[in-house]
This record gives sequence, structure tokens and C-alpha cells, in this order.
Amino acid sequence: MPAAYKFFAEFAQTWGLLYFVGVFLIVLVYALAPSRKERFDAAARMPLQED
Amino acid sequence: MAQTATTPKGMTFGEAGSALAFAALGFLSIIIAAKAYTPEYAFHAYLFAAASVASVFVIVNRYYERPAALPPLTINGKPNYNMGPVKFATIASIVWGIAGFTIGLLIALQLAFPSLNFDTSWLSFGRMRPLHTSAVIFAFGGNVLIASSFYVVQRTCRARMVGDIAPWFVVLGYNFFIVIAGTGYLLGITQGKEYAEPEWYADLFLTIVWVTYFLVFLGTVMRRKESHIYVANWFYLAFILTIAVLHLGNNATIPVSIFSPKSYIVWSGVQDALVQWWYGHNAVGFFLTAGFLAIMYYFIPKRAERPVYSYRLSIIHFWSLIFMYIWAGPHHLHYTALPDWAQTLGMVFSVMLWMPSWGGMINGLMTLSGAWDKLRTDPVLRLMVVSVAFYGMATFEGPLMSVKAVNSLSHYTDWTIGHVHAGALGWVAYISFGCVYCLVPWLWNKKELYSMKAVSWHFWISTLGIVLYISSMWVAGILQGLMWRAYTSLGFLEYSFIETVEAMHPFYIIRALGGAFFVAGSLIMAWNVWKTITSAEAAVEEAHPAQPVLVAAE
Amino acid sequence: MSFWSRHKIFETNSIILVIGVLFVIAIGGLVEIVPLFYLKSTIEKAEGIRPYTPLELAGRNIYVREGCYNCHSQMIRPLRDEVERYGHYSLAAESMYDRPFQWGSKRTGPDLARVGNKYSDDWHRDHLKDPRAVVPGSIMPSYPWLEKNELDMSSVSEDMKIQAMLGVPYTEDMLKLAETDVRIQANADDPNAIDLAKRYPNAQSRSFDGNPQKVTEADALIAYLQMLGTQVDFKLYDNKANVR
Repeated sequence: MPAAYKFFAEFAQTWGLLYFVGVFLIVLVYALAPSRKERFDAAARMPLQED
Repeated sequence: MAQTATTPKGMTFGEAGSALAFAALGFLSIIIAAKAYTPEYAFHAYLFAAASVASVFVIVNRYYERPAALPPLTINGKPNYNMGPVKFATIASIVWGIAGFTIGLLIALQLAFPSLNFDTSWLSFGRMRPLHTSAVIFAFGGNVLIASSFYVVQRTCRARMVGDIAPWFVVLGYNFFIVIAGTGYLLGITQGKEYAEPEWYADLFLTIVWVTYFLVFLGTVMRRKESHIYVANWFYLAFILTIAVLHLGNNATIPVSIFSPKSYIVWSGVQDALVQWWYGHNAVGFFLTAGFLAIMYYFIPKRAERPVYSYRLSIIHFWSLIFMYIWAGPHHLHYTALPDWAQTLGMVFSVMLWMPSWGGMINGLMTLSGAWDKLRTDPVLRLMVVSVAFYGMATFEGPLMSVKAVNSLSHYTDWTIGHVHAGALGWVAYISFGCVYCLVPWLWNKKELYSMKAVSWHFWISTLGIVLYISSMWVAGILQGLMWRAYTSLGFLEYSFIETVEAMHPFYIIRALGGAFFVAGSLIMAWNVWKTITSAEAAVEEAHPAQPVLVAAE
Repeated sequence: MSFWSRHKIFETNSIILVIGVLFVIAIGGLVEIVPLFYLKSTIEKAEGIRPYTPLELAGRNIYVREGCYNCHSQMIRPLRDEVERYGHYSLAAESMYDRPFQWGSKRTGPDLARVGNKYSDDWHRDHLKDPRAVVPGSIMPSYPWLEKNELDMSSVSEDMKIQAMLGVPYTEDMLKLAETDVRIQANADDPNAIDLAKRYPNAQSRSFDGNPQKVTEADALIAYLQMLGTQVDFKLYDNKANVR
């Protein structure tokens, strides 16, 4: 059991951190990629379009 | 559904299925009531039975009253929105809000004047405090979230809500859960876990309601005419999903018997503490933050008549917020038996959380850039913008308090209570008020609210209340924390515990005064909403031909 | 570019969005929480921790019912002033049988983790009935109904059975004798008190509310309060053996 705890704790402190940085980078690239600018601008106006 | 006029009338699967399910639930409830271990539980079983019978009656009656064809999805090419459940939840939120604020005022006064406990079990602080927290968070906040999410998802997807009975089941079922939970606390039925006090049978019922909520929301998103899913819906979806996960994890209990209201949680001691605060913190993160951010992302742009400042920032905001919140729970357990690395991790993520929070705040505030003058002329927009400012303040204070050195002083004191109310009154309640003030004229097809002056009064009175509340709690909390750790020159503790309690008295009175102002403000809102619905001028024309509106079940 | 264009699915496919959200919150939460479930191995070895007696358990349930946790913590932090005010800091092991845990989050009243044996039974009885009779500045509500209500012990053995199922070491004997044990422990000078103490080491038996005629809710609650934090003998407890 102590070995399991040590394993999980170390996993959380190393791979957990990398996972976090990875997700954050993906999100940044996704949100800021110039190719999506137009689509996002259109999306931002969605609440304002009345039907 | 077929469009032809000669459709033979028949019960839908939803009607027949839910009527049968309610009949079965009613039957089961009566059996449970007869064999219940305690009279309190029997009372709840009878409530379930009565509600089930009423539901069967309403469903069948509604079937006979309705035309053969179900309401069409579109009329003349325009979506035929289903706003009945939204209206119900909007009104319910106002009613519960006033109830929750008033109970808050009562327990604030109880702390200043203990004779207000009246030596009566169901009125005593220990039972009233969960009633207050549940009433404001789940009853008031929950109804605002359900109402606004059902409104926003239909509007931004340009589609009628999925389901016929299901949306009504979500709204009425949720409010029935509130009644069961609240009366349970008064009768002493509680799990004894903060913000998760309802017992196993209420939890089970809520799970069914919540899954239905999720399916209705998701189904509506899938029915959308737009290819893009608007970001507010992302926040709503994350809120619904995560609350489901948290609810199941933190309420993993085994009932003593189906005839007993009592259950025992499978986690014990330190593990229970971890699961509880993983739940507790993320209830703040996903119920009180993500859900209300969705409101911010729809209602502020809509009211200001300009798109959100940066849609890209809103996407970064979304993913980083939901990612980081889930890690921050351990800051509720600093200096306890939790391993140090987990405490540190919780602290680091809490401090980092400051960034997405402020990103969101900036996004909300800057939406007004170029239209700042509207703050002067539109008190509803002012309410919402000030709420975002309070959000910024509370999310700055939170990371500060999660730093271990600060936490060693602030934990267990009224500083925490002040912090919570900066967020709850300033952010959650204000954005909710703004949302209700927007929704009421839109839903009841009125030009504007009955009185903008009353909104202004509401705003100023409750702002004064909030200022009194949080400043008194800051002073009280820091003072108490310092008194607990004060030493005399000879190295003895300077104050007995009761001296630190007595020192709180003036601050508890100021806090109660602030609460009274806040209650007064909410009464003004209720009056204004009532007048709007009953007497304000109708908007120029009906947007659509009258849609079949369901009658709320009793 | 083709890879990134695929990310459009997040905005346009709701199921993918659902999975994305679940992935982010689940992995994030699990990575942090799962290790903590192996804490059992690191819960201190502390002598003397035993499950609650049926009377104490009933008292604990009253503590939960009345919402005492709203104002009282049961977690002493290892800070100088707390240790001096309340006693040795709380060990994880001391709440290992607590369902639910009652560490609390607010100290409107003092911490109760080591309130056991600090005050007399009479003090507790008077204090519960009218706190201001013994502590003039107190803002605690009065609980006069506790010493009037007879304790409902009809389901106490069922309560214990559920706990046993969840891993609390209640024996068959303990479950069978649950109701008897309640009466033994709440009775002054019961001849069977020695047997009770064999089943539950160091269990204190007496009429806690000073009324030997009946077993009341006050009996149960005071029995629970009087054992809080008393199980570990800190003269024998080796702090260094448990450094984490």
C-alpha cells in the first residue's frame, strides 16, 4: 500500500503537471489560431441576432 | 409529429411513461409512509405520494385538454420557443430568494441575540443555517440557472426545447426536491455534510431530475440551427455535467433501510473530508461560478447590445477555469491530516485560478467598452457590471485566503463568511437580479420593467447592505483570528474563547443590518416584477402567435 | 493545418464537448484525489482507537441532526495557540470511524475534538439545557428537548450493521447486544459495565444526564462528547514514528 501511495503521488506531481501544461497549450493554440478568427467573431454576435 | 390536421390523438411516450412512473412512485411512497421508522420520514413519504398523485392527475388532465398535435417546433419558419418552464423557474427564484435571504437575516440575528432560537428544535441555528445555505444556493441560484439556461439554450440554438413533459419535470421536480430538502433540515433529517445535507432519498430523486435536465439541455443543443455552440452553453453544460459527477461522488451513501431516512456515507474520516471539499469547492466553481458566468456571457452582451469583448478570451477562460477549479479543493483542508503535497497543490492551483477568473472579469467588463454611458442610464446593466466587479474582488480574495499563511489566520473565522458573501451577494445574487430583470419583460412580452427607478433603489439599498456585511465580517474575522493567537508577555494565551465570542457582538449586529438592507432590496424587486407582469405596457407586438403554454402543476 | 481544422468539432459537436469537459475535470480531479485514497497506509498508527459504542453512535447522530458542525470544528491544527488551547493536534486516525466526518469549517464556538472529560456531565447537561446559565456570554442555542426526549434506539443495531458492512470492526456480538449495550452504558453502576468495557475498551458507563429513570437523547449526546478525543493516550503516542 505505501508503494501504491508513493506511485500515485509521484504520478500526480509529475505527469499531472505536464498534463495541465499540455491542455493549456492546446487551448491557447485552439483559441488564438488566426484561422478561427472569423468564426469566433461571428459566434460572438449570436446572442444579438433576433428572430 | 405529423402536421396533418387529422392526426389521431394519442398519448405520447413521455406522457404515458411519466404518468406510469409517477403512479408507481406514489404507490411506493404510500408503502414507505406506512412502514417508516420515524414520523418525519413518513411525512416526507406522504409528500412524495401527494406530489405523485397530483402529477398523474395533471398529466392525464393535460392530455385531455390539449389538441391532438403537439406544439410545432417552428411557426412560419421561426422557432416556437417553450418558455412556460422558464417563467415558472423565474418566479420560483424570486420567491425562494426572498425566503433564503430572510432566513439568513434570522440566523444573523440569532448569532447576535441567541434568544431568537426560541428554544425550539426546528428554529435553532444548527437547523436553520443549512436551510439558509440551501435556500439561497440551490433554491434561488438553482432556479435562476435552470430558467436562464433553458432560455439561453433555446435562443442561441434557435430551436424549441426538447421534450414535452421533461422540461416541466425538471423545473417542478427540482423545486419539489427543494421542499423535501428544506423541510427535512427543519425536522432534523440531514447528512451532516455542508452544502450536501439532503438525505439519500432526496439525493436519489435529484439525480433523476438532474439527468433529465442534462438530457433536455443536450437534446436542445443537438437540435440547434446554428453550427456553432455559443460559449454560454459551454458553461451551462460544464455546470450541469460537473454537478452531476460531484453529487454522485459526495453522496455515495448506504441507507440504513428503505424505511429509514438515515444513511451512512461510504467514505470515512479523512477520505470523507477530501471528497466533501472536492465537492464543496467545485460546487462553488461549477454551480456558483460556471453557471453564472454563462449568464454573464449571454445577458451582458444582450443588454449592452454589443458582442462580448473577446470571444477567444472566453474560450481560454472556459477551459482554464474548469480545469483549474477541480484542483483547488484541498485549500479547505490546510493544516489538517491531508498530506502536505496535496495542500500545496491545492494552494498553487487556487492562486493560479486568479488568472482565468480575472480574464473572465475583464471580458465581461470590457464588453461595455464604447458603451460605458449605458451604466448611467440602465440600472439593470449597472447591477450586472457591478456583479462582475464583485466577482473580480471575490476571486482575488479567494486565492489570497488559500495561501497557507493567510489561511492559518482566516480559517474557522468570520472572514470566510465575509468572503463567501462577497461572492454570493455581490456576484451571484447581483448577476441573478440582472438576469431576472432582463428575463421578466422578455418572457411576459413587455416593453420594459414597470419601474427603472425601483431597480435603482434595489441596487443602492442592497449595495449598502453588502458593504456593511462584508466589511463587518472582515473586521470580525481578522479580529477573532488575532485574538485566538494572542499571547501575554508571560507567554500565556491572552483571551479565553468566550471573550473572543463576546468581541464579535457589535459586528454581528452590523452584519444583520446589512442583511436587512439586502432583504429590503429583494422585496423591491419582487414588487417591481409583479407590477411588470400585471401592468406594464406590452411590447409592440407579439413576437409569435400565442404558443401553447402549459399550466404549472400544483 | 488539417489537424487543427478538426478542432472545429468542439464548437459544433455537443457530444465531443461533453466528453472534453468530462475529460478535463475527471483527469484533473482523479490525478489529485486517487493518491489520497491510499492514505489508509499513511494514517498514523495510534493505539486505542475503537469504534463508537452504540450509545456514543446514537449521540453522534444527534450531534449531526442538530447541526452542531455548523459552529463547532473537530480538527485541531498543529499551530501553537491551538495546541495550547485545545490539546494535541488531531490525528487522521482519530476520525477513521467517522461517517460523516465532522471536522467542520467554522468556529463560532470552540473546537470540540478533545472536549471529552474536560467538563463534568452536570456541566454538559446544564449547558445543553441553557448555555447562558453556565457561560454568560455564550451565543449557543438552548437544547432543552434533549433531556426530555427518550432516545430512539430501535434502529441502532441496523445502523451498526451498515457501518460493519463499510469496514468498521463491529463483531456479531456487538451487533446482537447493541440495544442492551445502550442501556448498560446509560445506567449508573450497571453490573454488566465490565462486559461493555471488554467489547469497547475504556467505554464510560453512567447516567450521563443525571436521570437514571430513562435513556434520553442528552445521555447519548453527552456520552459522545465525553469520549471525543480521549482514545489516544498521548503520553504513549510516538509522534516521530509517524512523520510523513
